Amino acid sequence: MTKISLEPLMPILDKLAPKGRTALLPALQAAQKIYGYVPEQAAVAIANRLHVPLADVHGVLEFYALLYRTPVGKTVIHICADPVCAMAGADTMLKQTSRKFEFHGKHKDKTPTVTIERSPCLGLCEHAPALLVQSTPLVQPESYTWEDLIAGKGKKPRSIIGGDISILTANCRKGQIVWLEDYKAQGGYQALNKVLQMAPQEVIEEVKASGLVGRGGAAFPTGLKWESAAQSTAQPKYVVCNADEAEPGTFKDRVLMENDPHLILEGILIAAYAIGATYGYMYIRGEYEYQYQVMSQAVDEAKKDGLIGNNILQSDFSFELELRQGAGAYICGEETALFESIEGKRGFPRVKPPFPTTAGLFGKPTVINNVETLANVPFIIQKGATEYRKIGTEKSPGPKLFCVSGDVAKPGLYEVPFGVTFRHLLFDLAGGIRNNRTMKAALFGGAAGAFATESDLDVRLTFEDLRVAGLPLGSGVITVFDETRDMRDVLLRLAHFFAEESCGKCYPCQIGTQRQYEILQRLATSSLLPGDLERLQDVGWTMTEASLCGLGQTAASAVLSAIRLWPELFKSHQAH
Amino acid sequence: MTNQITLTIDEKEILVPPGTTILKAAQSVGINIPTICYHDYCTANALCRICVVEVEGARTLVPACVAQVSNNMRVRTNSERVIRARRTILEMLASSVDLSDAPDILAMLQEYQVDTNRFPEAEERKPSVIDDNPMYIRDYAKCILCWRCVQVCATDAQYTFAINFSGRGYETQIGTFYDKPIPETTCVFCGQCVGVCPTGALKPKKQWLLEQGLPPAEIVQLTRFNRSANSRCR
Repeated sequence: MTKISLEPLMPILDKLAPKGRTALLPALQAAQKIYGYVPEQAAVAIANRLHVPLADVHGVLEFYALLYRTPVGKTVIHICADPVCAMAGADTMLKQTSRKFEFHGKHKDKTPTVTIERSPCLGLCEHAPALLVQSTPLVQPESYTWEDLIAGKGKKPRSIIGGDISILTANCRKGQIVWLEDYKAQGGYQALNKVLQMAPQEVIEEVKASGLVGRGGAAFPTGLKWESAAQSTAQPKYVVCNADEAEPGTFKDRVLMENDPHLILEGILIAAYAIGATYGYMYIRGEYEYQYQVMSQAVDEAKKDGLIGNNILQSDFSFELELRQGAGAYICGEETALFESIEGKRGFPRVKPPFPTTAGLFGKPTVINNVETLANVPFIIQKGATEYRKIGTEKSPGPKLFCVSGDVAKPGLYEVPFGVTFRHLLFDLAGGIRNNRTMKAALFGGAAGAFATESDLDVRLTFEDLRVAGLPLGSGVITVFDETRDMRDVLLRLAHFFAEESCGKCYPCQIGTQRQYEILQRLATSSLLPGDLERLQDVGWTMTEASLCGLGQTAASAVLSAIRLWPELFKSHQAH
Repeated sequence: MTNQITLTIDEKEILVPPGTTILKAAQSVGINIPTICYHDYCTANALCRICVVEVEGARTLVPACVAQVSNNMRVRTNSERVIRARRTILEMLASSVDLSDAPDILAMLQEYQVDTNRFPEAEERKPSVIDDNPMYIRDYAKCILCWRCVQVCATDAQYTFAINFSGRGYETQIGTFYDKPIPETTCVFCGQCVGVCPTGALKPKKQWLLEQGLPPAEIVQLTRFNRSANSRCR
């Protein structure tokens, strides 16, 4: 065991110790920041100070992909190899970078100076291929030397935003972060002001009347969720903002956070007031280090300005907000797994019921909402539900953000009213298929989604129309594949993603994602065995029907939709 | 009797108190729903999903070990969907680990006519046996990740917290802090984990040695426990 000095870690642990186990992830992250990994001695110190059993600390360390138990290189590079980035050349980049670094101090018995990791989607799909160098995203990596790359020198990505309307993204289009002063100048925090003059139930009624439903993928009515938590008698109550955006192809929450942080904070504050919460968390995925920094600064501003803390804007309403960083686990976007993670545990999803509004974070009534959902709230309050309902359709009111990437001329984030057609979004806004090619397919809803084809171009983008078309809206992801793409490779990458990200709790998903991946490896290498199609269908069906949480229940969704659309793909190689 | 819940399981009308699980309600009228991870004295986690049943109106199959009954619920414990799920789960399990020491699961494989070679070329989990203490061995090639051992070691029984998980997903394995041998952990050798293990992944070392045909004298030698030395271990 290498000797390390605990001196730099101890003051941090002194600060975190009173929180106990809930501070476990922050403590491990702090240790890793100091030592580059979590040395055993540091883990022991953390366990002792936070009163967490050693074995449990180990379990947590082992769960999160961004935490290291053994030394890693001084520079850690994450390269995304999911479909969008793969189409943009991620594999070549992975190979080349790995080769370049092989003679860069990678000797036996010596920690390499650079560690290269194949990463799941980094939420930079409009800038594919995406990579993070020491948590900093860089674009067009092929244009620099590897020395520059290690030094983190290079072009930083900027948000690419378009669309027909600009309600949620109004401030995102300014090309710079909208800090507090600017946000207020645009009418920001007026909704909060208004809310503080209203009874909490009135706020809930307004949100219910707006017809707002969750934008994280499940589309649950937001007002009902708030009402249910408000009616729960247990105390305290919590508001949690789910910013663990990790569905491959999704980057909308990233764009909101990196441009208009106060919009999200205002939404959180209104939710807290409505349900009577005095404490809240915002859980931001670990790969979004920059967005975490932006949000931190915005929270500091809000605290200084009396928008967060005691007696907010001289009212009786008090609320504290704590930012948390994830550590590399897609499953933590599942609400109950996210609670477990905040509580300092492995991100295992819980059995539901009980639902979060009655027994959520720390077993207390909790409202957990997606970033985009909360970003809708200030507008609803300020302009009223009637005005909000003028946007979109009767059954799908409001604006919607779509993350369009892959083989399109202009990948980016598009804000449209619900009800525009897929054709309008794809051709009028995103510029159509790249290189004058035609579309083979578009994946709706990310890895957990389903494929659309040309025959779906005129489907209107609403919950009701997509349901009829058998396509999920999910979190608003549309990944486009042109006619030249090998769908077998796409499926293989999606299967790899789920096999990597399954938490391992329930059998159907734990084993099913692995078996699915193995069969798709055979598909990709044209070596399918007799019966593989039936195996794939049985595994997929069983995961969908019998898995414990949404991850497992959707882990075969894209594969099963591909089997329906392109049955020949799964049969042609079986004869060999 | 006003507090009783009425429901139907496999066409049988049943009256049970509220809060009863489907599993227990079924048992009360002699309907046996198979389980693997469930244990009467452990927290139910609904993770093996073998106990899934079909509940009318539910989107997906429902785990009977945790799902509570409700009025007018209609449950089918042996429908085509239920059987397809159970069989596939068992086939996948058989392709992953060594079930030779798990009599209950072996009987289930028979009952559900499981093709144990359904998944050719599947990656099996077969780490080598860990023999690091005189009391029990850990043969994780037989571990089905039912979680019982971790739970009895923690708040379900002993509050010892010697073991937890390493890795995640298919790569999950029961592990100790930084992979330390058992005598260097908080283990108090209470044996409860061995008691609840359904697959022989945890086994008394004496039994393990006996099965390998070692003579009794040698077994005694190999399983002698130096209490004074070990009692000081954390």
